[in-house]
Formats: sequence, structure tokens, C-alpha cells
Amino acid sequence: MSQVELVGISKSYDKQKSVLNEIDLSIEEGEFFVLVGPSGSGKSTLLRMIAGLEEITGGTLKINSNVVNHLPPKDRNLSMVFQNYALYPHLSVEQNILFGLNAKKVDKKEQRKRLVETAQMMGLDELLKRKPKELSGGQRQRVALARSVVSEAPLCLMDEPLSNLDAKLRAHMRVEIRRLQKRLGLTMVYVTHDQVEAMTMGDRIMVLNDGKIQQVGKPITLYNEPANLFVASFIGSPKMNLGKAVYKPDLRQLMIEEKLAIDVDSTYLDILSIHKNLTIGIRAEHIFPCVDEKQTHQLEVVNVEHLGNETSIAFDIGLELWTAKWPGQWDINVGDSVPVHITMENFCFFDTKTGELIRSANVGRKQEVAAI
Amino acid sequence: MSMSNAVVRTTELKQLDFEQIKKKQRTKSFLKGMMFLLPSIVLFSIFLFYPLLRTIYLSFFLTDAKGVTTVFVGFDNFINMFSSPIFIQSIQSTFLFVLYTVPVTIIISLFLAVIANEKLKGIGFFRTIYSSTMGISVAAASVFWLYLFHPTIGMLNVILGTLGFENIGWLTDPTWALIAVSVTTIWMNIGFTFLILLGGLQSIDTYLYESADIDGAGYFYKLRRITIPMLSPTLFFVVTVTIINAFQTFGQIDILTQGGPQNTTNLIVYSIYREAFVNYQFGSASAQAVVLFIIILLMTLLQFKFGERKVHYQ
Repeated sequence: MSQVELVGISKSYDKQKSVLNEIDLSIEEGEFFVLVGPSGSGKSTLLRMIAGLEEITGGTLKINSNVVNHLPPKDRNLSMVFQNYALYPHLSVEQNILFGLNAKKVDKKEQRKRLVETAQMMGLDELLKRKPKELSGGQRQRVALARSVVSEAPLCLMDEPLSNLDAKLRAHMRVEIRRLQKRLGLTMVYVTHDQVEAMTMGDRIMVLNDGKIQQVGKPITLYNEPANLFVASFIGSPKMNLGKAVYKPDLRQLMIEEKLAIDVDSTYLDILSIHKNLTIGIRAEHIFPCVDEKQTHQLEVVNVEHLGNETSIAFDIGLELWTAKWPGQWDINVGDSVPVHITMENFCFFDTKTGELIRSANVGRKQEVAAI
Repeated sequence: MSMSNAVVRTTELKQLDFEQIKKKQRTKSFLKGMMFLLPSIVLFSIFLFYPLLRTIYLSFFLTDAKGVTTVFVGFDNFINMFSSPIFIQSIQSTFLFVLYTVPVTIIISLFLAVIANEKLKGIGFFRTIYSSTMGISVAAASVFWLYLFHPTIGMLNVILGTLGFENIGWLTDPTWALIAVSVTTIWMNIGFTFLILLGGLQSIDTYLYESADIDGAGYFYKLRRITIPMLSPTLFFVVTVTIINAFQTFGQIDILTQGGPQNTTNLIVYSIYREAFVNYQFGSASAQAVVLFIIILLMTLLQFKFGERKVHYQ
């Protein structure tokens, strides 16, 4: 059963500037759904519209199959965690957690019971008497989560809740939020601009840009079969290497950025004959070092990053900067010329004009989700 | 041996050198700091510290009409003052005046600020109107109210007349005069307090209200649990300033009642003025001024001691 359903949702300010265009979406019960996009893409606005904090300009919003366009936030039976946590600075942790229950006049005994349970679950037992300013960033984040958990609302909205934490704590809280959501069976709508957060946490992801849905799907699908150039460059770190490709029929070669010549396999001839303006994309891990494979190209290294478990190497391909990611440690210096193995079967093909995907990489399909 | 000695000596020398340079730098930065402070030190000394000391000095003397000290009388000025029924009444009136004006000013301004903080069309118009009394001088406002209070042609009595009530001698009836002056003062002070409180309200994070909306808090619950506590530093400031202003009221008294009728509106600053520039008793006027200074100081200290506990700074 779908818990949240958006039908043709639009938002515009002053009847002119449109922020969101005809968003159709349904979020299943118990799902961890991530809205991701660059800043200004309208993702927070969409979340605030679901919460009822922002007026809906057009379309229908359904929660549990009831239309809720007209309902104030409190009647939508949801909880929300804000980016800056929105803790009340003058109230103690305990009062902060119980604020909503007090407002709804929940029975005192019930309040106690829920407070004890929640505090235990979030590891806040020792901190109940403290004021927010006496807490660390991670603890504040936990109080904000506790406030949302204690309401026992089935739908939880989160607006970039981890963006104020340092990298280490963020990685930790990612796991904690994910576990909490699974344990309580919450339906979660989670907004972030960080694609790593989206990939690691979401059951499904929606990529939003300029108020339009770019793609909705599982993290792996978005990674392997990006629907367009925007998704291709937004999802994945480092981003997908892109380059304009021109087919030279006389040589049976594909020229990429007028620099790389790739021999064309006959299975690709149909694509190449139909589409004239092509952009190809290749993931960093698909530019292989020449160990087992035979060398196809010789490229000059412009930057090397040693990460310990892997090495990331950058090359200039025409105007583009391409990155290769090789497992293990490689003794390579800037300026070296290294042999690499690049083939067409790893290419995603996009229409340069529309940006739409024409054909995704074969390899991606082959290696999709190695089952144990 | 000798070599190590030499080494020690050079390091000592170096140590000494950089200590001296540091000292020099400190003096330099101190002098620079003083230069920046100089304008305010000079201004404060001429217009604040010197008059304050001079007032305290004068309060122990009798003076001639020009203000030149004649006889040292010690605490006689103070003793005479507290045995004078007029001064006691003046103190009483002042405290009554503070009691009439401060709470009402704060409550009305808070109410206006809360309603003017709503996001409505044309709210800017109301914000301008509510804060407009800030731009009106005491003299202009007093003259304006003088006409409203006029016994026969004044608007207030005209309204009372049409409603079938008897005329009130707003500024001449001892029971009404202080209230009339208080009303004028409240009206004049609302502009300033409103503006400060509105500023305080606008600096409260909107996320807090949104979070409360989702939690299902009602309007008055939010007002009581979020707005008032978050506004408490601003409220504290406004209360302190309004109390000090009320103790120092002068202009409207001078124009509206001149301390009458029967000294009921003879507030302490007006009393000081009369003592000094009507009766030419600069000694006892200074003594009154010292007492006023001590009262305001004590009130403010008390407020900081008891009021600040309930203030939540962010």
C-alpha cells in the first residue's frame, strides 16, 4: 500500500516562478525514500509541502489514500526532523522530547512511558536534564530524532538532518538512522544534497533537478542505468566520465573528444547510425589498468590520489577530465604515460541534445548485484 | 666550561631582548587602544562623570542663587529632604507613576508586536503606525494630549459628554492628573517598546514554530512555550529601559501639569528642576538627584538579580 502519493504536484511563487513541475510519485509503506538534488532543485520545498508547511499550488497530495491538501501539519500524522534540529533552547532535553506530547495533551503516564523508552533507544538517559547548548552536535541530532520517534507517527520527514555534522559522525548517524527506520518500520522521506547519503541510505531514490524529476529508482539502477546526463554526473563518486563522441564510418572508429579512438563493435552499428550527436559515459572503475587485458590506449596522468585501498588517476581527454579508479596501490606519478584498457561495452550512450540515455553499459547489467 | 657559559649567556641575552620587544609592543597597543577610547572618555568626562561628581559635591552644601557653594552642611540636605512631606509625596507619585506606566506599556506593546508579527498583506502599514510615536517629540505629543484633555473642547470630554457622563478635569482633578499624565506617557513610549519587541519576535527562528506546528501545538501554547521564553532577553531589556525612563520623566509634566494639582504629578525629576531653577536651592536639588540616582541604580541591580534568572539567552 502506498503511504504517500503525489499526483501532479506543482509549486510556484507569485504565479510566476515555478519551483516544482507536475511531480508524480508514490512512496510505499515502510520505505526509506530519498529525495536528492543540487541546492535549489526544489527538494526541500517538496518535503515541506508534504509536511504542510508550504502551500501546494497545484495537484493532489494523498497520505494513506486520503487527500490532505487542506489539512494543517498537525492533522497529517507525521513527524519531521529539521536541518538545524529546531530544538527549543530554553527547554531541557526531556521537555524538548515531550513538547509535542504535551501540546497534544497526551496522558502523563503515557508520556513518561514513551519518554523512558525513547531515551533508552537513543541513548539519551543521562542527558535528559541538560539544555541543548550543553550538548554536542551528535547529541543534539539524537534529541531531534527522539522528538520525532516519541510522536509515534508512522511517517517521518527529514530535511538534510546530517549536514551540520562532521564527516565521521555523519557516517555513524547514517547507520543509526537507517537502523532506527527499519526497527520501527517507519516510512521515511529523506532530503539530502549528498549523493553518497542517498546511495547508502535509500531503498529508492528520486533525483530532482530544476523542479523536475530526473529519475526514480533503486540506488544500483541509478548508478548503472542513469536516465540522463544529469543523473549520470550527479550519482556516483567520482562522477561518470563523459565525452562527446563522433563516429568515423571509414575507420570504423568512435572518436571521443577528438582524442580517443575506439574500435567499434558491429553490435553498436545500429545505434551509431541512428544517433549523430552522441555523448558517452564511462564509470571510473571501467577504465582498467593493463594487467590481464590488452592495452587499448596510452594516456598521460595529470593527477594521482592515493587512497590506500585504491588509487584514483586523472587524465585529460580533450576538454574533459576523466578519472580512473584502480583497486590497490599503484606507483604512478604525475606526467607518467600509462597503458589503459577502454572498450565500448562499458559505455553508456546519451543523446547530446536531449541528454536522455540511449543505451546503458553492458558490463553494468552483467555484474548487477552479485548474489551470495 | 667557558663555552657552555657563553652559550647560556647568549640565550639569556636573547630572552631579555624579546621580553623587552614584547613589552614595547604591549605599551604601543595600549596607547593605540587609548587613542580609540579618547573621544568617548573626553565626552563622558565632560558631560557625565564631572556633573555626577559635582552633583554629589553640591549635595553637601548650601548655595546662593548662582549655584556657588556657601556653607557646608554635611547630610543636612538629605535629612531635611526626607522630613519634607512634599518630597515624600513626590517619591510616592514617582513610584505610582512607574507602576501605572511600565506594565501597561509593556503589555500593550507586546500585544501590538505579536499581532504585527503575523505575515499579512499590508502589515507594513500597521508596523509604521504602531511605531510612529517614536518619531514624535515629547513637546509635540504633550501639546497634542493637552488638547485632548482640554476640559471643554477636548475630545475626551466631548466623548464623555455625548455618552452622558460628567466632564472630568483630567489635568486639574488630583485623582485624575497622574493617570492622565500616565496615559500620555504610555502612548508616547509604545512606539519604542513596540519596535524593540517586534525586532525580538522577528529574530526567533521560524523552524521552532514549524516544528511546533507539526507537533500539533496551538496558537496560545506556542505563545506561552516558545514566543515568551524566546523573547525574554528583549523583554528584560525593554522593562529595564522603560523603568529608567519612567523615573526620569520630565517633559510631559512640565507641559501638561507643572507638577500640579496639589503636587500629585510632581515627579522626582520635576521636583529637582523646581528646587534648582525655581527655588534656586541647588544644594537640596543635588541631594534629590543623588537619591534618584541611587533609586534607579538599586532598581536596576534588583532587576538583574531577580529578573535575569528567568531570561533565556540563546
